[in-house]
Order: sequence, then structure tokens, then C-alpha cells
Amino acid sequence: MAKRKTSGRRHPLASAALLILGLVVVGGIYTAVDQAADAQSPSHSEAALTAADGEALYMANCATCHGVDAVGTEYGPTLVGVGPASVNFQVMTGRMPMAFQGPQADQREVMFTQEQSDAIGEYLQTFGPGPERPDQEWLDTSATGVDVANGAELFRINCAMCHNVAGSGGALTEGKFAPNLHNIDADHIYEAMLTGPQNMPVFNDNNISPEEKRDVIAYLHYLDENPSAGGFSLGSLGPVSEGLFVWIFGLGSIVALTVWLTSRPN
Amino acid sequence: MTTTRAARKTSFTSKASNYLDERTSISGAVSFLGRKIFPDHWSFMLGEVALYSFIAILISGVFLTFFFDPSMTHVTYEGSYVPLKGIGMSVAYHTALDISFEIRGGLLMRQVHHWAALLFVASIGLHMLRVFFTGAFRKPREINWVIGFLLFVLAMAEGFTGYSLPDDVLSGNGLAIINGMVKGIPIVGTWISYFLFGGLFPGTEIIPRLYSLHIMLLPAILIVVLGIHLVLIVVNKHTQFAGPGKTNKNVVGSPIMPTFAAKAGGFFFLVFGTIMLIASIFTINPIWNYGPYDPSPVSAGTQPDWYIGFADGALRLVPPGWETEWFGLTFTWAIIIPIIVMVGFLMLVAFYPFIEQWITGDKREHHLSDRPRNNPTRTAIGAAGVVFYAVMWAAASSDLMATHFHVNVFHVIYVLQAALIFGPIITYFITKRVALALQKKDREIVLHGYESGRIVRRPGGEYIEVHEPLDEYERYRLVTFETYEPTKERPNAQGRISAGVKIRGALSRWFFEDRITPVTQSELEASKHDH
Repeated sequence: MAKRKTSGRRHPLASAALLILGLVVVGGIYTAVDQAADAQSPSHSEAALTAADGEALYMANCATCHGVDAVGTEYGPTLVGVGPASVNFQVMTGRMPMAFQGPQADQREVMFTQEQSDAIGEYLQTFGPGPERPDQEWLDTSATGVDVANGAELFRINCAMCHNVAGSGGALTEGKFAPNLHNIDADHIYEAMLTGPQNMPVFNDNNISPEEKRDVIAYLHYLDENPSAGGFSLGSLGPVSEGLFVWIFGLGSIVALTVWLTSRPN
Repeated sequence: MTTTRAARKTSFTSKASNYLDERTSISGAVSFLGRKIFPDHWSFMLGEVALYSFIAILISGVFLTFFFDPSMTHVTYEGSYVPLKGIGMSVAYHTALDISFEIRGGLLMRQVHHWAALLFVASIGLHMLRVFFTGAFRKPREINWVIGFLLFVLAMAEGFTGYSLPDDVLSGNGLAIINGMVKGIPIVGTWISYFLFGGLFPGTEIIPRLYSLHIMLLPAILIVVLGIHLVLIVVNKHTQFAGPGKTNKNVVGSPIMPTFAAKAGGFFFLVFGTIMLIASIFTINPIWNYGPYDPSPVSAGTQPDWYIGFADGALRLVPPGWETEWFGLTFTWAIIIPIIVMVGFLMLVAFYPFIEQWITGDKREHHLSDRPRNNPTRTAIGAAGVVFYAVMWAAASSDLMATHFHVNVFHVIYVLQAALIFGPIITYFITKRVALALQKKDREIVLHGYESGRIVRRPGGEYIEVHEPLDEYERYRLVTFETYEPTKERPNAQGRISAGVKIRGALSRWFFEDRITPVTQSELEASKHDH
């Protein structure tokens, strides 16, 4: 056993290593090409766009379902009077243009820049005005007078039945759902309350005032910034995830211990 | 020699034990208990897990009672959790929050208490399944099965009363569902609800009442019943799996003193350590998220703890519109029928030993555990029961399945409704066939040995695989089981076959019609001559 003979035999893990190497190379090239392609497309955000640019974008991307006069077709609702707030929410969270027709528009990658989205919103105002995007004042949760506790209470009363008290989301009828509300921009939360996208009701300013909307945003951001005091939150889904955990990991590890304790060395 | 003897005589331990024995005659009990034998099989330790998690619950529970106050007096929150500052709430919720945020080690103890409770009921469940599938509930252990069942129900009651105590939105929603179920009972329901809640739901009476039940009455009953359960284990002795030297007339294993006591002591710390580890890493029931109870908000994903889940699921599986009005009274079948189904299912579990005993007519004592395959019908019934329970249980999380697997929540319910009916039937037949097939495999191995994988060519050109015979220990394990035959429907003194006897005969045929008998000595001898 002085020297190992260099026979033609491969290491047993050689094929696995080769496979992993191949996957890494292919994946790396794909990612590089994909990013390069992405970088080329929407980078012409030089000047502010006008309603005329919005019209061009609308005709190219929205009119198929919402109609050239924005009065809606059998595939999409009318957009007369929805306002820039609604456009900004739908477009900038990746819900519109819709990925596919279904019970509910799911989120996908955002297809437009902020300027393009605003231009579409401006164009739609020409059909009939709707709510504008919120003032920065109502998005600043560090302002004086912001009351997280009030926001939490409003959230429990108005939002938790669909979105869950910890904003973890929940099921609605017929395959629709209330999405989770973790790490969402303040303006999107505000606009969602203001315009009631998809199955969500509208919470107008008489119902929940702008100050109160700001409190709700502050509460949601508080949840994002402050991890659960008790350790890992298991998704904040309530007793179901706790029960699954205790059966699989709790009792699972205990059973492993019993097997270990009663095993005899052979 | 003489020196050690002298040392022993004067040692403190021996003097102390002598002192005790002279006054209590305890030595008899100690030497009797010390010789109690525990067989060595992992599945026999599940009941211990339940016992140890119960001890963890007791210890952490006592800690919690020092700081929890179930009062419903209204106060304003002034603690350190920002999103509740200045919110009005009950003292109960306030003190539960204080335990979580202000009291040193309070949150850990709360999480230990809750995780241990989940583990307690889960280990009881697994322990019951072990006892069921090995037939360890047969005479003389039927009474202990019923007592164990009582412990299971008491554990669920303890869990539910504890779940309701913090007076947050989640626990209040649980009570609202109970209130609805109670009110769904015809005629007396509303009255019972008013009696339970001391007036209109939710009122201010229920939390202090549940607290008394949770920390006093239920634990007291539980400890007494647990004591009887343990005494009966000593009286009945453990069952064991058949093996060389392990018969119906003995128990082979380690005695309590000293081996098992040391092992069990170590195991207690392992279980306790596992609970502490889980409780210190993972949040359970973050009551601060839910806010103070108020009957108007309901959170999405409101579920009971896992052991009440089957009840929640049973309610969710009822199709819409099950309600009739008779004589000006509303009969809410959507609530009455799930209650009947659940109570019926639990009663079947509780009385199964007596049902099986009646069918088999077997009044003998059994101290050997069955391998599940050796009683295919019982195993199949058990598996069907597990599926029935599991479908109800799964239905309690229908909304989470819908959101997490991106399916329609209605479709989830339809599938589960079908599974509730057909699942147990399909499982019954599959399990029975699998058990019979395994028995056939065992028989084959005993008669012809196991396949060695060695192919031999005979002089005539024929290829055969060499089968190696079993060693006799292994063979003993495979052939030692009891087999039953269907009971004969004999006429009584009047010469008639009564309906009861006929039913019993039919049930007995269903149980034992297609059975695989263990290999007999003569069969074994005959098989040896074949080769």
C-alpha cells in the first residue's frame, strides 16, 4: 500500500460532482444572460412621461382586456374613474398586466417603471378622475402623532378577518385569497385601502381617515421590523403550523430518542 | 469483610431506610415495585413521554399561576409591547402579556407550558395507537384502556380550557365556536349557554370559571386518574412481544430498580430538554398579535390547537343548509350531526375492547402484544379510524391548504368530504390485504427460508436460488401468534338461535373469515422434506 495506483477507476462521487458542476455552469450562464437582457429593456427613464406616452403604453398593454376606451370588455373591468392610485397599486405590485386569467390576479415581476405607470395613471384620468396617489405626508410613519396601537386595533377590526392578525394572509372563496402583508411599500398599502383592489373592499377616507391609514401602515411595518418575541414564528399562521411542528419535529425527535434508548449495541 | 459489613450497618442510608421501614413498613412496597419489569421496546416508552410532558406542564403551570390573574376587570395596557399601548383590555389578557414581556423567564415558561401541552396530547395519541394496534387492550387491560381514554379526554379538556384563558381574540373565537355549538343543541342549548357563560356570551364570568377548572378541578381529576392508570400498569404488568423465552406467563425486561429507574430518569430529562429546546427557539401562540378579545374581529386562520382540530374540521365538512324547523323550533343539523359523529367516534374508541371481546368471545388473559399484521381485521379497523380522524383533522386547516397549495378552498372541502366517507373504507380494505400479505410472507419465510440471493446451477442445468433457513429465534417470533376461528352460532336452551348470536356470528366471520394460521410443527417438518 505504498502508492495508490492510478487506475481508470473514478471516484464514486465523480459523476455527481460532474453533474453539479454542469448545473452550476448552465445556471450561471443563464443568470448572466438573463440579467444582461433585463438591463437592456426598460432603462430609458430620462424625462417625465406624459399622458400621451401613457396612452401608447395603455393601448399596447392594457386595451386588450380593458378596451380602447377603458370601458371594459368581457375580460376586464372598466377603468373609468379608477385613478392613478389604483393604477400604481396594480401595476407597481406586478398584478397588472395580468399573468393569466384566473380567480385572482397573482403577483408577478413588475413590468413597468414608476414613470411609465404614472403616465398610464395620468392617461386614465382623462376618461374620468379617480383617487390620486397619496401625499408623502400620509406615508411617513415616523411623523409625530403616528399611533401603532391604533393601527393595530384598526387592522384587527377591518383587515384581520381576511389577512390574518399577523398579516400572514388567508383564503377567500373560489380560489381567491387575501395575500400576506409582509414587507409591502407604504404607498401600496395606502392605495390598496383607498381603491379596494380585486376582492378587497374600499376603505375610503370617511371610513378610515388618512391619519388612520398611516397608523395601519405603521403597524404593518412594525411587524416587519420586529421579529416575534418568542423565537421563530413558524409563519405566524396560528395553531395549525404549531400542531404540525409538534407532531413532526417534537414527537418525531422524541420517538427517535426512544428508539435510541432501547437500541442494543450488536 | 467484617469492616464493610460494619460500614453498611452504620451508614446513613441504611439507618434512614431502617427508620422509615420501622414506621411505615414501606420495604414491602419498595421491593415489590422495584421488581416491576419493563420490556425493552421503543414503542413502550410513549406513555412515559406523556407522563414526563405532563410533569413539564405542571411545573411551568405552577409558575404561570404566580403571575396570571383571570380577572375580567377592564384596564388600559401600559406594558412594553408598543402595538398595544393604551388599548383597553381585561386584567387576564394584561397579565398574560406581562408574563410574556415583563416577567423574567415568563415567556419561556408560557411557551414550555403550551408546547408541552401539545406534546402531551400528541404522545397520548401515539401511545393509544400503539396499545390499539398491538392488542394490548385485551383482558385484563380493558379497564386501563378506558381509563387511558379518560385521560385523553381530560387532556383535551385541559387544553381547551387553557387555550381560552389569555382572553385574546383567538381564544375568544374558540369560545364563540363552543358557544355556537352549545346553542345548536335543540331546546336546552340556549339555556346551557346562559348557564355556562353566566348570561349572554361572552360576558365576564367565563374566564374565571375556566381558570378554576383549568388549574384545580381538571388537574386534580387528571392526577387521580393518572395514578389509577399507573397502579393498574403495575397490577396488570406490561405486555411484551413474543420471542424466545417471552411467553404469555412472564415479562422479560429490566426491573425498575436499578436499571429502569436510571433509564427513565435519564429519559425524563431528555423529554424535558426537548420541550425546553423547542420552547426557547419557536414561538407558540403569540397572544400579543391577537389583541384583546372583542366579539367583532375574527382573524383569518383561526384554528383550535391540534387536538380540538377534528371538532373544528367536522363542523367545516358539513354541507350548507342542514337545518329544519319543526314546531317553531330550529334544529341545526349542521351542528347536531357533527356532535353526534364526534361523540359516536369517541365512544367507539372507548368501548372497542369490549366490542372486540364480544365478537371473539375470548375471555382469556393476554400478555403478549400482537404484531399488527397478525390481527388483520383489527389493524384494518384501526387504520380506517385513523383516516376518519385525520380527514376531520385536516379539514380544520382547509383554508391554509387552499392558500399554501394555491387551490380553491371549496375544492379542498369537497375532496375532504369524499375522503371522510370513502377514505376509511378504502383504507380498511388496503390495510387488511397488506396485513394478510405480510402474514403470507412470514409463513413463506418460515416454511422455505429467506431468499439468500445466491443462484446455483444444478448438474442438470437448472438454476435455483438458495433459500437459507431461519434461525430458531427468528422462527419463534414469526410463528408465535394466536389465531381465532369464527364463533359457531349455537342454539340456546330453547333450541333457537337468537338474533344477538346471529349478529355475533356474522361479525365473527367478518373478523376471522380470511385468516392466515401460524405455521405448525408438522407443516414445518413437511417443508423440510421438500428440499
